Amino acid sequence: MTEPWTKDRGLEVIRAHQHIEAATLPILHALQDAFGCVPEEAIPLIADALNISRAEVHGVISFYHEFRSKPPGRHVLKLCRAEACQAMGGDILATAAEAKLSVHFGETSPDGAVTLEPVYCLGLCACAPSALLDGKPLGRLDRERLERIIEGAAR
Amino acid sequence: MTRIYIPCDSGALAVGADEVAAAFESAARRRQIPLDIVRTGSRGLYWLEPMLEVETAKGRIAYGPVAIADVESLLDSGILSGGVHRLRLGVAEEIPFLKRQTRLTFARCGIVQPLSIEDYRAHGGTAGLRRALAMGPAGIVEEIVQSGLRGRGGAGFPTGIKWKTAREAEGAQKYIVCNADEGDSGTYADRMIMEGDPFLLIEGMVIAGIAVGATRGYIYLRSEYPHARRILVAAIAAAQRANLLGKSVAGSGFDFGIELCVGAGAYVCGEETSLLESLEGRRGMVRAKPPLPAHHGLFGMPTVVNNVISLASVPSIVERGATFYRDFGMGRSRGTMPIQLGGNVRHPGLFEAGFGLTLGEIVDDIGGGTASGRPVRAVQVGGPLGAYFPRALFDTPFDYEAFAAHDGMIGHGGVVVFDDTVDMARQAHFAMEFCALESCGKCTPCRIGAVRGAETIARIRKGERIAENLMLVEDLCNTMKYGSLCALGGAVPYPVMSAIRHFPEDFRRVAAE
Repeated sequence: MTEPWTKDRGLEVIRAHQHIEAATLPILHALQDAFGCVPEEAIPLIADALNISRAEVHGVISFYHEFRSKPPGRHVLKLCRAEACQAMGGDILATAAEAKLSVHFGETSPDGAVTLEPVYCLGLCACAPSALLDGKPLGRLDRERLERIIEGAAR
Repeated sequence: MTRIYIPCDSGALAVGADEVAAAFESAARRRQIPLDIVRTGSRGLYWLEPMLEVETAKGRIAYGPVAIADVESLLDSGILSGGVHRLRLGVAEEIPFLKRQTRLTFARCGIVQPLSIEDYRAHGGTAGLRRALAMGPAGIVEEIVQSGLRGRGGAGFPTGIKWKTAREAEGAQKYIVCNADEGDSGTYADRMIMEGDPFLLIEGMVIAGIAVGATRGYIYLRSEYPHARRILVAAIAAAQRANLLGKSVAGSGFDFGIELCVGAGAYVCGEETSLLESLEGRRGMVRAKPPLPAHHGLFGMPTVVNNVISLASVPSIVERGATFYRDFGMGRSRGTMPIQLGGNVRHPGLFEAGFGLTLGEIVDDIGGGTASGRPVRAVQVGGPLGAYFPRALFDTPFDYEAFAAHDGMIGHGGVVVFDDTVDMARQAHFAMEFCALESCGKCTPCRIGAVRGAETIARIRKGERIAENLMLVEDLCNTMKYGSLCALGGAVPYPVMSAIRHFPEDFRRVAAE
């Protein structure tokens, strides 16, 4: 469960990882684990802690697909869009997920329940099509099962 | 007490292995049967997952794919003594898909408990390290050179030469960096080793460290593998407790420590110089080579960057000798390769074998054709940057040079099968879109080329000036192939041009309609 952003908690998280050699990514991961995202307000604090410019911090955050600037919904569904899943009907599944949640990839459903994100390979290519729901692997998905999973998460 | 084995590999978890294990536990409790459920990695026969194995006097008897609904009937059939059931597969090692393999790197995967160092040792683990210590650093490097091992991540560079270069380089601190950013679609061998036999990777890194004089190691793991992450964290801690890592590893006088670093969803970070930038905490921008990482790598120090499977191949090479390993394979591709079958294939799974099987044998014979039952139309080998092969090229042997001769690559060994419903113009379009999405942006051919390539293929798919636009794409692919800084822009022409060359009808479809 993530917590709302406060400057004090943000600083605490940053300080806990500041000592690591090349701490940028570990700090960003820790912030996202705590707050569900890397809030804009954290950027100057990270820059200060690591003695780098705010532009550099922004550059790192924006380079990596994983980091969000806004908290996600209560659940995050990462649906694989890569070739092995395409070969098993992944595109149909992607369209179904968007329709079921009334979102495009990268958005959160209107009720705040599920954020739908694309992912390019989960290493589950031998049980395609696949997805991760809050880190739990799901394989051999079909439209019906995916819709059931989405309904379960929305409850 | 009967012992049953149920995988906890994420491929098995994805199809319900945890739920099946829980159902067995509660059914056994209800029936008052003492049952010891042991969680292992996966054997890699994924169409049979969740596959459970029962320990009997005749060996491990396998059953699969097991659903929760099968648990009661399995117990009724007396599976705890290897009883007959419609899901019974027989002794695991005798299943043809497994029996035909040469399992060197994956010898323990699916058999041992991933986090038990006792189990690891009982099944031959650390024998390579013991032999390595007896050989000494120079001896290890020579053994790896002689084995003919080439980088299993995709580039196929001789591992021994890389180690020799790093060993001879001057530096106050040297590093072993394990590239566990397994981003290629269709590949999961790294994941299986990290989840199923993590000490093997650790042992390989320790041996590499001793060989080149590095005391520090990093594993750069992709964030899309949360389960592998949990297992690696626990495995590193267990290895430290067992003195497989730390000060004077196994009493040898050599120090070696490993830190785990998690990526953040950038495909390009699988490229070694981009990975080093990312490890150092920056945007994963590709570095120009030279200088080579072996001279000027992590934090400017001599660094060996090796793929998980390259490092995991090392202990058995050192233990059994270069000649033993080199005797498998063909031409300049020596040893074994874990081939990973995925996508629309009847028998998806991991098949470790010496190089030289033909693509047709792999897809039709081992893979059993498509899962949909329709004809196989195209096979993409080597990830999103690998070429699409038509049936006409199914006589190509699985070998670095043979695939290169057909403007393709074996890459990390992923084989993704498509049936005859595939639209190859769409696949070519996707390859360019993916490159545009993942380009680090440092070099122009990749940054601009991928965007323009995707736009041009989109026009072709709409039927706009097809012949002229195809010429433009080919010209662009040449620029990208020869002008890009790394393999992302440099190899995306493989899937694009192979689709155009081998499946031209898909690019003229709209015009014909």
